Amino acid sequence: MKRYYIYMAILALGFVSCEPELENSIEDEGFYSSGEADFSHYVALGNSLTAGYADGALYLTGQNNSYPNILAQKFALAQNTDEFTQPLVNDNIGGLLLGGQVVALPRYVLSVGANGPVPVRYNATPTTEITNRLTGPFSNMAVPGAKSYHLLADGYGNVQGVAAGLSNPYFARFATSDNTSVIADAMAQNPTFFTLWIGNNDVFTYATSGGTGKFQLNNTDVTTYGSNDITDPNAFAFIYSQIVEQLAANADGVLLNIPDITTVPYFTTIPNNALALDAPTAGNLTGFFQAVAGVMTKVLMQQGASAEQAQAIASQYAIQFNEGTNRFLLDVPVTQTNPLGFRQMTAEELLLLPIDQAALKQGYGSVVLTQDVMEVLAVLQAGGSPTQEQVQTLFGAVSGIDDEDVLDTEEIQNVQTATAAYNNAIKSIADNFNLGFVDVNALVAKLDSEGIPFDGGVLRSDFVTGGAYSLDGIHNTPRGAAVIANAIIEEINATYNAKLPKANIGNYPTVTLDQSGM
Amino acid sequence: MKRLFLLGLMILATAVTYAGGYRVSLQGQRGLAMGHTGVAVVNNAELAFFNPAGLVYLENKINTAVGVSAVFSDVVWQNDEFGQMARTDSPVGTPFYAYFSYKLSDKVSLGFASYTPYGSSVEWEKDWAGSHLVNNIDLAAIYFQALVSYKITDNLSIGGGPIYANGSVKFNRNLNRSLTDIDGNRSNVTVEATGVNGFGWSAGIMYSPMDSLRIGVNYRSQIDLKAEGGDADFQNIPNSPLTPFEDTTFDAELPMPAELTVGLSYQLNDQWLFAFDYNRTFWDAYESLDLDFANPNIPDSKNPRNYQDASIYRFGMQYTANDTFTLRAGYYFDESPVQAGYFAPETPRNDSNNFTGGLSINVTDNFAIDASFLYSRFKEITESYDYYQENGQNVPFEGTYKSSAFVPGLGVTFKI
Repeated sequence: MKRYYIYMAILALGFVSCEPELENSIEDEGFYSSGEADFSHYVALGNSLTAGYADGALYLTGQNNSYPNILAQKFALAQNTDEFTQPLVNDNIGGLLLGGQVVALPRYVLSVGANGPVPVRYNATPTTEITNRLTGPFSNMAVPGAKSYHLLADGYGNVQGVAAGLSNPYFARFATSDNTSVIADAMAQNPTFFTLWIGNNDVFTYATSGGTGKFQLNNTDVTTYGSNDITDPNAFAFIYSQIVEQLAANADGVLLNIPDITTVPYFTTIPNNALALDAPTAGNLTGFFQAVAGVMTKVLMQQGASAEQAQAIASQYAIQFNEGTNRFLLDVPVTQTNPLGFRQMTAEELLLLPIDQAALKQGYGSVVLTQDVMEVLAVLQAGGSPTQEQVQTLFGAVSGIDDEDVLDTEEIQNVQTATAAYNNAIKSIADNFNLGFVDVNALVAKLDSEGIPFDGGVLRSDFVTGGAYSLDGIHNTPRGAAVIANAIIEEINATYNAKLPKANIGNYPTVTLDQSGM
Repeated sequence: MKRLFLLGLMILATAVTYAGGYRVSLQGQRGLAMGHTGVAVVNNAELAFFNPAGLVYLENKINTAVGVSAVFSDVVWQNDEFGQMARTDSPVGTPFYAYFSYKLSDKVSLGFASYTPYGSSVEWEKDWAGSHLVNNIDLAAIYFQALVSYKITDNLSIGGGPIYANGSVKFNRNLNRSLTDIDGNRSNVTVEATGVNGFGWSAGIMYSPMDSLRIGVNYRSQIDLKAEGGDADFQNIPNSPLTPFEDTTFDAELPMPAELTVGLSYQLNDQWLFAFDYNRTFWDAYESLDLDFANPNIPDSKNPRNYQDASIYRFGMQYTANDTFTLRAGYYFDESPVQAGYFAPETPRNDSNNFTGGLSINVTDNFAIDASFLYSRFKEITESYDYYQENGQNVPFEGTYKSSAFVPGLGVTFKI
């Protein structure tokens, strides 16, 4: 009698432990595959874009959603892999401390103010102390701020040099020694697979500084460069090749090229024609600049120019303003042909995201029409002759936009020339070493043109609302990182005959909302 | 003898019960062991559920049947496009029943029944890929019913009575696929309502054209459980006026659909009884699960379900081995009420083949132990739920599902 209960119990247990199994489970051997690649130890190299830096800071959820981490999760579905480790920071505040002093600010969050949602710095104190060196090495070797040549630089992670700007605070957190280099720490791990996305900062820092640095064309000595300079394309190609030569010696990998940064929200959000004028104000401004041109003609003639010459030069200041939108004025160097040192922006020129928008409303980028200026205009209108002082008041009222707030035509040209040259080098190096290659430049261009569709909408490059870029206007959101990851997966599947699943873009977040900064 | 039992257990282990949607067909160990048939079977007090018309045919004056089942059900889901997989870790469900009948006279029996015909308990891994549809749900409804059974002629009877239903629901899901607070914790909402009431009725008729054959029809009405003022608890919401989700109350309504059963039983000889039941469950009533939040700033949640009426085909047999042992087995095929494109992971049910078995042990003339088990085998299915929206756009949630359920049950029958 008892026996039957036991039999039933055994039968019951047998069924209970029998979990449903799918006919073709993704956990089955061979469902996904690495193809000819070997992902057993994947190492990612790069800069902030690879580190998971976003919203102007490095913080935990950004790191967790870095494209290498997304990739590593997919790699692990295809084969046994080492755990993908990242030099995680302390918190979701972002920012860094050096000896207790804040050396990098917290992240941006989107806060709603009186004029709607704006990015503001999260109101908290960073807790990540860079002198607390983590025990590495880490699979994600990306170092925010690194340029191409920094990967080869010994001592780039020496904490002693951080304060003086000689080394990098992010690398100082996880370098295996004071004297090591990024590439040495990467190679010491004997990677079987790598991704490399480096070179962005070789041109980005120039662009984000408003072109205040120098295009170091034909200067291959990188030790002479300033931090906002553009790396010489020949130097870049040489350095990049050296990096890849080491990495590719015993590993397969994928190289990512450099997007044209001038299409990201940092440069495209503030329109250069945001000077909105009603008809009377436009008339006033046009009158003001006719006055400027008139006075300038006289000044030049007093200095000995012919009437014809004087008019030719002064006429550039008779700028016409119309009701509606008008382009801002720009400060430029004073020259013989532009003695007042300003001009109106052209259609292509770009204002930078951090520009003081309140100041723009107060006359920055046009004219600060004070009472004194109005008096001078009245004198001129009455047909009188302004005094020397009044002329200075008149000319001084012009408030052109400063160099660091704008990327002018020549600077854009420098950025694009360098980017194109770097990308040529990256492509040919990828071909030489038979590596995978991802055209991030094309992806970024697509975000800016038609957008990249996914199941929940279309990712675009629009600031805040586009979904692809974080609140610093340059770095990806996690959703943008998933797009990069998917492009790499596509390339790996094609180049290495692998079968890897993609990331579901819609599952990754975009910008973070928080009121703490208000 | 021993051998016979083992054989019986192994071979007759062909039976079933677990219905589509959130119907849980576990309303009697004897009926369940026979494929959950019983609309035309006069066996014990389980008739209170299967067909109250038959209560009057029970031989004893007082009949009681009480039992409980343990539902072990698991679901696995995967999406091979994105390399995602998830398994439920659902708590063990324990549907029960308690039936009582009292023979007032030869013509009239009175009865009382309490049972749990609807419920669902599904728990996915928190923040799994479908967490914007459901993280976990626990739905339960208890029916209480007073019954009268009346014998019109010796071979024709009717029965029925009013039902009071009391239900509760607890449901958690993430607000969407990606919203988090500053620390990356997914924003989610738990809605909970208890003591939700509704009224209905059931009625049946039983006819016996000849001694060995019975025919039965039973109908149980739809009961709408209306939750009013349930609690909605929002968690991990970003600190922002752009996400004005505050704890509030909600109203919602969930139908416990009507069910019509017709069936017959045939007593071949002293040992063998065969039974066939056909169920039609009127799932059409379940069009949408809508949560109406009291706070006007919180958008109401509309979740189309669009269930369709579904049928279940049941077959059972009983072998009376001797005075002590009775063996039972059964099978049923259960059609899913869920339509293509509406396959939501909160009730991931598709068509299933169900195998049941069980036995009764008459410990004394008055007291028997009834044991049963059910194994539900769901076909693997690749389906999607297409009516979740983001930014006004339908975002399908797709994947391949496979479910199974194993339900051992134990009960007692008491009669004097």
